[in-house]
Amino acid sequence: MSEPANGYVTIDGNEAVAFVAHKTNEVIAIYPITPASPMGEHADAWSAQGRANIFGSVPQIIEMQSEAGAAGAIHGALQAGTLATTFTASQGLLLMLPNMFKIAGELTPTVFHIAARSVAAQALSIFADHSDVMAARGTGFALVASNSVQEAHDMALITQAASLNSRVPVLHFFDGFRTSHEVAKIRLIDDPVIAAMLDAEAIRGHRERALSPDHPVIRGTSQNPDVFFQARETVNPYYQQFPGQLQQAMDQFAGLTGRQYRLFDYEGAEDAERVIIIMGSGAETVAETVSALVANGEKVGVLKPRLYRPFAATALLAALPASTRSIAVLDRTKEPGAGGEPLYKDVVAAVGEALMAGNLPFTQIPKVVGGRFGLSSKEFTPAMVCSVLDNLQQLQPQNQFTVGIVDDVSHSSLPWDESRAPALAGDTIECLFYGLGSDGTVSANKNSIKIIGECTELHAQGYFVYDSKKSGAVTVSHLRFGQQPIRSQYLIGDGRASYVGCHQTVFLEKFDMLQKAAPNAAFVLNTTHSAQQVWATLPRATQEHILNKNIRLFVIDAYAVAQQSGLGRRINTVMQTCFFAVSGVLPKDQAIAQIKASVEKTYGKKGRHIPRRNFEAIDNTLAALQPVTVPDRVASELEIQDPAARQTDPFLRQVTAQIIAGHGDRIPVSLLPADGTYPTGTAKIEKRNIALEIPVWDEDLCTHCGKCAFVCPHGVVRSKAFPVAAVADAPLSFKHVQIKGKDYPQGVHISYQVAPEDCTGCSLCVDICPIRDKSNASHKAINMEPIEPLLEQEKINWEYFLSLPDMDRREVKSSTMKGSMLLEPLFEFSGACSGCGETPYIKLASQLFGDRMIVANATGCSSIYGGNLPTTPWAKNAEGRGPAWNNSLFEDNAEFGLGIRAACDQQRVMAEDGLRALAPHLDQELVQSILDAPQQSEADIYEQRQRIEQLRQQVNNLDSPQARQLAPLLDALSRKSVWIIGGDGWAYDIGYGGLDHVLASDCDVNILVLDTEVYSNTGGQTSKATPRGAVAKFSASGKPTAKKDLARIAMTYEHVYVAHVAYGAKDVHTLHTFLEAEAYPGPSLIIAYAPCIAHGVDMSNNHRQQNLAVDSGHWPLFRFDPRKAAQGQNPLKLDSKAPSVDYGEFMKSETRFNMLWHSHPQRARELMQQAQREVSERYERYQQLAALDWDEETQ
Amino acid sequence: MADLTTTYCGLTLRSPLVPSSSPLTGNLDDARRLEDAGAAALILPSLFEEELIHEQEHLHRFVDLQDIGHHEADSFLPTAHALASKLDHTLETIDRYKQSLAIPVIGSLNGVTDSGWIEYARDLQAAGCDALEINLYGVNADCSDSSADIEARYQHLVRELVNGVSVPVVVKLSSQFTGVAHFVAGLEQAGAAGVSLFNRFYQPDIDLNTLEIKPCLSLSGPQEALLRIRWLAMLRPQVQLTLAATGGFHDGPTVLKALLAGADVVHLCSVLLQQGIGAIGAIESAMAQWLEEQEYDSVKQLQGSLSYGKAVNPGAYERANYLEVLDSYTPSRGVRV
Repeated sequence: MSEPANGYVTIDGNEAVAFVAHKTNEVIAIYPITPASPMGEHADAWSAQGRANIFGSVPQIIEMQSEAGAAGAIHGALQAGTLATTFTASQGLLLMLPNMFKIAGELTPTVFHIAARSVAAQALSIFADHSDVMAARGTGFALVASNSVQEAHDMALITQAASLNSRVPVLHFFDGFRTSHEVAKIRLIDDPVIAAMLDAEAIRGHRERALSPDHPVIRGTSQNPDVFFQARETVNPYYQQFPGQLQQAMDQFAGLTGRQYRLFDYEGAEDAERVIIIMGSGAETVAETVSALVANGEKVGVLKPRLYRPFAATALLAALPASTRSIAVLDRTKEPGAGGEPLYKDVVAAVGEALMAGNLPFTQIPKVVGGRFGLSSKEFTPAMVCSVLDNLQQLQPQNQFTVGIVDDVSHSSLPWDESRAPALAGDTIECLFYGLGSDGTVSANKNSIKIIGECTELHAQGYFVYDSKKSGAVTVSHLRFGQQPIRSQYLIGDGRASYVGCHQTVFLEKFDMLQKAAPNAAFVLNTTHSAQQVWATLPRATQEHILNKNIRLFVIDAYAVAQQSGLGRRINTVMQTCFFAVSGVLPKDQAIAQIKASVEKTYGKKGRHIPRRNFEAIDNTLAALQPVTVPDRVASELEIQDPAARQTDPFLRQVTAQIIAGHGDRIPVSLLPADGTYPTGTAKIEKRNIALEIPVWDEDLCTHCGKCAFVCPHGVVRSKAFPVAAVADAPLSFKHVQIKGKDYPQGVHISYQVAPEDCTGCSLCVDICPIRDKSNASHKAINMEPIEPLLEQEKINWEYFLSLPDMDRREVKSSTMKGSMLLEPLFEFSGACSGCGETPYIKLASQLFGDRMIVANATGCSSIYGGNLPTTPWAKNAEGRGPAWNNSLFEDNAEFGLGIRAACDQQRVMAEDGLRALAPHLDQELVQSILDAPQQSEADIYEQRQRIEQLRQQVNNLDSPQARQLAPLLDALSRKSVWIIGGDGWAYDIGYGGLDHVLASDCDVNILVLDTEVYSNTGGQTSKATPRGAVAKFSASGKPTAKKDLARIAMTYEHVYVAHVAYGAKDVHTLHTFLEAEAYPGPSLIIAYAPCIAHGVDMSNNHRQQNLAVDSGHWPLFRFDPRKAAQGQNPLKLDSKAPSVDYGEFMKSETRFNMLWHSHPQRARELMQQAQREVSERYERYQQLAALDWDEETQ
Repeated sequence: MADLTTTYCGLTLRSPLVPSSSPLTGNLDDARRLEDAGAAALILPSLFEEELIHEQEHLHRFVDLQDIGHHEADSFLPTAHALASKLDHTLETIDRYKQSLAIPVIGSLNGVTDSGWIEYARDLQAAGCDALEINLYGVNADCSDSSADIEARYQHLVRELVNGVSVPVVVKLSSQFTGVAHFVAGLEQAGAAGVSLFNRFYQPDIDLNTLEIKPCLSLSGPQEALLRIRWLAMLRPQVQLTLAATGGFHDGPTVLKALLAGADVVHLCSVLLQQGIGAIGAIESAMAQWLEEQEYDSVKQLQGSLSYGKAVNPGAYERANYLEVLDSYTPSRGVRV
């Protein structure tokens, strides 16, 4: 956080809250979960820097193995008398619930800060609603809501004070993303205010109640029916007093800062008749709308409950105008089957109770209706607020309504019309930016907000929307600036943006960006076309918008300017300069000076080189930015793409393609599956076209080793073998040659084909290719070439390639690299990071076993690139078979997979029993062959499936209850391959208990741990897989402890197949390991080394890093196969040589290690030396184990 | 015992033995041990502008520009820490050396941009360096870039540097100049306080397994000293600036030869890395013993006494090709023929 300017800072909600939490606590237990992770990251970083709290000590930050662990640690820290806190959201909060009951039951003051997020139901969602918070309302924690970044900052302190004073713990919540990630200009609370708010006596009381052998007591007793009930009632006075104590803290805070909060804040007409009651960020939108309506003379208002539990009914009613006639209570949660959502029911009860008591403070009995809004951050706009208020005007307002969606199933939704939104007061400037995740647009915009927020009197707001992809992600930045605090908690609407920046030319055909543009807006386009040429390249709709709205068009070739200025492909500074040059938010000269000052401040500490290049870019931008004189009429036939137009399947057309096009908000309820079930094989329809270069196969050089297809993280490099006659009708440019190798007869050709529109351009296929042209060493058997001249031709070739039949799996020699790569990947085109180190393993499993695979996938990167709508890379083959996939939770994945295995086994047993019972009525030879089928090889499995089909016909012909019972179980007779997949955060930390239990069982599951050595998906937080000396979030000073040796732990069971693999270092080893593990009839654990962008290395070096990891001893390769022990052989085989590369060489090559040399050189040296010793010793230990004479050992 | 003192760019040194850039001169513990072992000054590990740029770009790429545009993470490594650069580390090292060591500390710089040369030279001077050694080396492989142009650029750079800093500037040279002597004279005119002969470099090697090019650096061998000795001898009578010998000086006798040829100081590197810091004492002892045995009063007396013009057979320094000469027909100069 930069120094406050005039008391203001420009930060997001998470930082605003963490700032107070770190100032006011002594022990902070953390665990990563979106969108709360940054609070823990800030706290950890500040403590690592030695930043002290208000009491003068540096808070101790402890990362735990799960949120349940964090809550337990906080419970302990509180019981021992420290001030302690934690941060979480969603499932994390649910894991904390048991401890929260305890903490509240023991009247322990603390504040848990919650970035409210949906709880997973039909699907996981990382976005905001209050389903998590509402699940905690029975814990005994007070529930206090904040509605904006400033409020979250303030309330973090107010609740801390109130909790200390009252002994009632508080759950302080604010909306995930909308508040936690919104960047806003806020007034920072200074230390004297914080100090003044915290009552020393209350703190002393807390410490005196602590467990101590110097004044021993016991807590946490076990109570019987005789006293538990009464004891539970003892706390009532504390809860009765809490609202008053909270208000007292609010009043004290107001006295110190001038910002007054009340338990229930009312805004609107004094004589309002229609009132909305709402918590969270949506309340700001209602307040903003109400303000505009009141100005128009409407009698409306909004009540914003700050305190939700304990529920202060009298205060709530008292805060409403006596004139209130109808009330709409909006809940941002859903309780299926309930008679209404929680806040609504509480308000109804409050009104009812007051009515019964005869003290209803209204001139007439108000009608109260409840509605749901904003689940999973669904947009909630002023037009929707108007719709809710309109509903209240009805004689019989609709109850249990929804707003913001089209519910054509239950018909709950209120209609709304965005064009009917009232004109809002103020002079807010709204700006939109369309960029790529990797082009720096978002970081440049965050920087612009800071510049404007901190250098001017203007208020500023930034909110950022992403498309869930990790490569080629599209980002849309929504920025607002204005003289007044900005209360609009929704995206910039149609016709509102006075500045639109299109930072990638390809977006022109994808998004109707100028729909959002206001009249006379500025539109800056990054394009290679000059001001004279650009008009002809614009889609028709864009030209129409420009002419109809009198939009000022500017062009810049940002990539050329960046290149010219030495910034490579980073256009952030260039486009930021364009914004300041054109938008007029600041005077141009002042703006340019401020950008330069900001560049110096941001990058200057690391040297002069980066600032200098950015300065150059700024100056070059001003010279290159050109206004366009537009013709006076539309002259384009180019249409903005409609992804739905390509789809014939109704679901893909009406749902999937709509989400791809960014129109998901328009999909009505009826079109969405009720149980969260979606088709697989949909990633292929996206055709994202994000590669600048694609690989091109040189069929003359190639030896058909298959390595390129093996390593392709995105499944775009494919091989197929076919009789040459099958390609007689091939396009001329389709390449195929006689396949090499003794396993393939003459006349069988092979083709390596690239899916050009799905490639990310990572170049790893070229990197791994071992074949070089004898006359030109830089030319390999596969080479990257610019996509543009190849695209159309390769699209045709790819379609033709797909039309060729796959080789019969029974004939494929899958134990060879070449053979296995002839198997169709059933995991393709994921949105994982370009060059991802995880996906090749998953793809391999899908090739080898995909047609019989069921996947239990832990939450994490693999569940996001595997199952985040709109599409999935999990696919099916021509027969319709393929992996079936589900993500249960983060913490329970091993158990989830075990359950699937148990179900498969149980159904197989039931089917076999049923088959035996029905055998007299069936072909007995067929029955026996099914029951005796070995199902080991592909041929075995194929034959079993054929037999099952025969059997199915016979069973279907039987008309008996037994036959009808057996029919749906028949598929259980063919072998199923159960895979439990997840990252190290799951396997080493949160899911370890379950993983351990599954390993201890004898169930036949295959566990694939994609070990990136950090929590990758949430941003690189430390796990127990993180190696010693690595810098990661939550280990900002380098991890002081060694990586957990999960493999060795698993080996101690002796019946578990255990392996360490690194596909980029030894590909055939990985292939054989997968085959062995899957064939092993018990638990198998494959721990797979997966380079990740979190390592601070470009993924084009993925294979080099795997080699270094293996050669340095960081990642020894081995297999522990219990089958060998049964044969009297040592089950452990060490498959990599003794470390041959200095561990320091490996560490130097990755930023996660080498940045410690820049921040803590002495510590880096020590940790490196320790790590070097460890890897050597570990290898020696494995070597000793592998050298044991097993016969002697077992005798 | 003979007086071992010498002068280096105006600095009086207790002996001509000066450890050159190596890991040993990069940390205070070893620097102290070098001083204790008899080092007369030391040259810090080279500050390579190219490396500093690479470091800045690396950290910029992986620390400043982490955002991939995903909801759940806008970075993947912690960014809050202040990250010290190699420059910071070097400047801090100089500061610590100046507080802890009595011997002169000489900065070493290898720049790539005009501004970089000057700015980093000033940084090193401001941190307290007593002199600067600059490594003028580039792989000048452009056919259109003539030797004259390259030399002119180098001389211009030296002039700029000399004007930009107040401490003496020593130029560490490659031997690969067509006219070494002419070029050194030009450097003297440009204001260089000394030259160091000669630099050694990474050489690319070919990996026959991967057909990839790999960098390769080997330690110097004693045979390399001869090239230096020749040029010291040739230059000594022609220029006034300080002459330093570097590359292949591993024992007392070779060091003595450099001094005889005209060196003011002799740099030690590989020998210290191979034999340890104690080697400096052994070399000094061997030198002192020889001087005593040969009844020299001082190193100064010895320096340049075998340079071109003072040598018995100076033509041997000039000879480019091996010539087997049984010189039996040349009469004594004292005999009238």
